[in-house]
Amino acid sequence: MSFKSLKEIVDCANKEKKPFWRVILEEDMSERMVSEEESFGTMKGMYDTMRMADASYDEKLKSASGLVGGDGKKMKEAVEAGKTMAGDFIGDVMVKALKMGESNACMKRIVAAPTAGSCGVMPAVFLTYQEKYKVSDEKMIEAMFVAAGIGEVIAERAFIAGATGGCQAEIGSASAMAAGGLAYLQGGAEEEIVHAAAMSLKNLLGLVCDPVAGLVEVPCVKRNVIGAVNAITSADMAMAGIVSRIPPDEVIDAMRAVGMALPGTLKETGEGGLAATPAGEEIARRMSK
Amino acid sequence: MNLFDIVGPVMVGPSSSHTAGAVRIGYIAHLLLNEKVHKAEIYLHGSFLATGKGHGTDRAIIAGLLGMHPEDERIPNSFQVAKECGMEFTVAGIELRDAHPNSVLLKLTGEHGRELEVQAASLGGGRIKICKLDGLEANFCGDYPTLIVHNQDQPGHVAEVTSMLAHKSVNIATMQLYRDRRGGNAVMIIECDKELPKESIEWLEKLEGIRKVTYLSLVENYEF
Repeated sequence: MSFKSLKEIVDCANKEKKPFWRVILEEDMSERMVSEEESFGTMKGMYDTMRMADASYDEKLKSASGLVGGDGKKMKEAVEAGKTMAGDFIGDVMVKALKMGESNACMKRIVAAPTAGSCGVMPAVFLTYQEKYKVSDEKMIEAMFVAAGIGEVIAERAFIAGATGGCQAEIGSASAMAAGGLAYLQGGAEEEIVHAAAMSLKNLLGLVCDPVAGLVEVPCVKRNVIGAVNAITSADMAMAGIVSRIPPDEVIDAMRAVGMALPGTLKETGEGGLAATPAGEEIARRMSK
Repeated sequence: MNLFDIVGPVMVGPSSSHTAGAVRIGYIAHLLLNEKVHKAEIYLHGSFLATGKGHGTDRAIIAGLLGMHPEDERIPNSFQVAKECGMEFTVAGIELRDAHPNSVLLKLTGEHGRELEVQAASLGGGRIKICKLDGLEANFCGDYPTLIVHNQDQPGHVAEVTSMLAHKSVNIATMQLYRDRRGGNAVMIIECDKELPKESIEWLEKLEGIRKVTYLSLVENYEF
């Protein structure tokens, strides 16, 4: 049985004097009846696939609608020319988030984390972090377990699909997962990990799923950027000692309540928000021909 | 849902429901046909029809019918692969009654002439459900070895099938029964905890009153 709350994971880690990531790893071992090597190896496979997907970005590809493609390259050029206010680290995170979102829209191979639409958030922060801070693959895989554990609780208590909870459930969850992983990489203990996740999810609460023409393109690709950047700022806040005033599990419950309250037009139907703008409708009309 | 449904699956984009799930529907349908697909008529319904083109749903289903998995990088070029393999296909729209928005109806013919009609839905996150087989109710997801027996609706067939399973020490995970009318066409769908031996399936096919036996094996290249 998976964990029903982040508090359960934190309590388990404290009681058994194990790090957060190991609690999640052992839970996977018992759930799927696999060895430690197998569980760790599967997660390493996911991380390696993210790295390959990042490396195989093709700036020349265009998506089905023709609206997506090439932005990762533009962003990279701006970062390399020193034109960004956000600086190198955040700049590189933005580049990677755009690239992965575009690759997904262009039918390339990605890792859904937790969904295909939000597949850019985790690799953007984790791959960039490893490049800048030169940490081992092992440490990165541990952070992946931290992120996956947070995602599992969100899926259990709320949802991770845009069709059920809006974009907050996809990009919001991805951002919370990445934030927890980053807090761990920065030396955060259990409390910092869950508060980084909580603050990250809070900041994206209410985000609607309004894909133009119903496609995972606009605004999905760029929302990966805000998910990734929000994860970094939330982890930094947590590591500065700032806490979420609403307990992390209650934040997840609030996300669920907000998702339930969202009308169907704002849950992946392509009928509301940006999809319902004149420009969005024009694109949908063009696509249906 | 396990940990690698959260981080994972590895898949070709852009959508877990409209692309990865669609590949899986095609893949399970090709296993159910248990022959190389020679001809496929694909009918898209609902959201599959409305946004399928932009999500590559058509290419994804063809890829699955060719035996590809959701992470196969040939998915975007599956039409070309189908051509090279000599698979004929057509794609059209359809309005299915009371169907899930992400539904598809597949009419398949195998290289040795075996025919199968599959209606399936993509539920999200890459998970799928087979909803109908040859027009009769079905309800399974393809995660277990699954035995589907179409028979005349008369006493004793369930006992024959379950006795055979007991004899082979195959535990039943789930079991469903449907029929169109009293004495008409009936179907039993049995999800098993382990694979069935080929001879048991051949034995079932020869029984009187059994009209068709379809078996979903999770072992690649299983033939009966």
